[in-house]
Amino acid sequence: MRITVRLFANFRMDRFKEEIREYPPTLTVGEIVSELGIPEPEVGIIFINGRNASLETSLGEGDTLSLFPLVGGG
Amino acid sequence: MVDRIYRVNMTDLTAKVEDVPENWAGLGGRGLTSTIVTEEVVPTCHPLGPNNKLVFAPGLLSGTVAANSGRLSVGGKSPLSGTIKESNVGGTAAQQFAKLGVKALIIEGQPEKDNFYSLHVMGDGVEIKEEPQLEGKGNFAVVDTMLERLGEKTGVMSIGTAGEMMMPVANISVKDPEGKLRSAGRGGLGAVMGSKKVKCIVITVPKKATVPIAEPENFKAAAKIFAKALMEHPVSGQGLPTYGTAVLVNVINEAGGLPTQNFRYGQFEGHDKISGETIHDLIEERGGKTRHGCHTGCVIQCSQVYNDAEGKYKTSGFEYESIWAMGADCCVDNIDHIAEADSLMDDIGIDTIETSVSMGVAMEGGLLPFGDGEGIVRIIKEDIGKGTPLGRLMGSGAGAVGKAYGVTRVPVVKNQAIPAYDPRAVKGIGITYCTTPMGADHTAGYAVATNILKIGGDVDPLKKEGQVELSRNLQIATAALDTAGLCIFVAFPALDIPEAFSAIIDMLNARFGISLTADDVNELGKTILRTEHEFNLAAGLTNKDDRLPEFFSQESLPPHNVVWDFTDEEIDEFWNF
Repeated sequence: MRITVRLFANFRMDRFKEEIREYPPTLTVGEIVSELGIPEPEVGIIFINGRNASLETSLGEGDTLSLFPLVGGG
Repeated sequence: MVDRIYRVNMTDLTAKVEDVPENWAGLGGRGLTSTIVTEEVVPTCHPLGPNNKLVFAPGLLSGTVAANSGRLSVGGKSPLSGTIKESNVGGTAAQQFAKLGVKALIIEGQPEKDNFYSLHVMGDGVEIKEEPQLEGKGNFAVVDTMLERLGEKTGVMSIGTAGEMMMPVANISVKDPEGKLRSAGRGGLGAVMGSKKVKCIVITVPKKATVPIAEPENFKAAAKIFAKALMEHPVSGQGLPTYGTAVLVNVINEAGGLPTQNFRYGQFEGHDKISGETIHDLIEERGGKTRHGCHTGCVIQCSQVYNDAEGKYKTSGFEYESIWAMGADCCVDNIDHIAEADSLMDDIGIDTIETSVSMGVAMEGGLLPFGDGEGIVRIIKEDIGKGTPLGRLMGSGAGAVGKAYGVTRVPVVKNQAIPAYDPRAVKGIGITYCTTPMGADHTAGYAVATNILKIGGDVDPLKKEGQVELSRNLQIATAALDTAGLCIFVAFPALDIPEAFSAIIDMLNARFGISLTADDVNELGKTILRTEHEFNLAAGLTNKDDRLPEFFSQESLPPHNVVWDFTDEEIDEFWNF
């Protein structure tokens, strides 16, 4: 299935900003994170199609996954 | 030095130094400014008349070695919102006041003559001086003049031309350790300072002045734990120093809550061009600084030094709120136009949030096309800065501009512009906008942390459940932090690391030789909120003022297509504590 993956802050370094990537069906966020070589504890904010998700959430065809480290501001 | 109250009467141009009344002794920062305003200001007074007062107070921990404790509270009745106001700011003034033993500086009355004055705060009192040559000057020129006269270490707080003209968007600027500016931005307290005819306040501190600590060893131990927690937490130790607060542009855009084109959409096409990531890369390319603290002892360093394309200094303290407001809300995706506007607003002395949201409303009304960054820069410089009729209107805030242009989508609560999170898509912060006594203010109870950033728990931003309780708990804790003089960003580690929270209480206890518990601190926060709420009710506000504008319930916000759906009863439940 095709997933749009968007990376932010230091996750972009040596990786990419945004890519449409091909994955086998039935996949969790955690599996993509590990495939990208991002250590799980560094993942702070996860959105699937702009909604909060977790490492355990499963993805579907055409989803957009956005990954941020723990950041804040205001 | 022993803490005392410095009181300046601008009617007869006298100053005196008083003992601290018993019921003010345990207070500092916001707790003290709000208590003084409630005790001494007639709630129904005109904010720009002689009966309003302008109060400055350093936090309880300011002036000590506690990390990030250099925040100053400025209080009074707001000419923008008509409510009580506490505007919080960094810079050197809080630490200098604390070292001088200035527990609070109260400015009252109003001179008959039309001249502007400076107040020189020293160890033994305040000197009041006429300053004809400072009239009509911007903040940068005021700071330069005062540093030249009194030396580089002098603390300076000043108003620009907007404050002199008493515009409701006028702020108070405070010099930081490098001579750059921080702002007590919100609520138009610069206009109150202008109404008192005070152009600037300068502070000189004897070299050896220090803040007395009752239990130095205990203080040192707690301060060490606290600083360590700030540096270890990923947000305060990594994210904020590297990308600044503007790292939120992409986060809130992804969450669908980045108010765009005057609160019409929740995502902005040009988000990446104005993001913290892009700004970080530009700063490195152009030889600026990605890390910069607003006061000595700040370990978070969320500010920065931003240079223009030629590598020349342009601005600092280039915050998420300012970038969002001039950027996404006005659809400007040219970061250098936003930086230029930011620098001009600092010099003229106007709130970047209120001014930019006013621009968005005026764009909706047809003043300029959305996206016209150059047009915005021109209006700030030629109209607001010079006080033309259009400038006077734009300097009156988003509510006034909406009326003048017949716009119904006017994002304000208690007439203060809503900041950078759409309340339909981040419902917890919507409850804070409604209920904080300050008018729409994100810092009063930053539910974005728990709704979006997953700090201090996890409450779904798109659902109503748990939001009122979340906002209430955060507002109580924030009132206490603002009283301690701590930067709001210490909340990120304090919400996640229990030792960081206890260290704050341990530092307060060691500073004064007292024995507060966590419950006492919580009670203090509640008392401050109630005090501020009572002032507002006595000023004529009602629970009907604790509401978002109608359009939030009627127009759904893409991409999640959500509306604001709290009932009046659900919102009013906030005050049930």
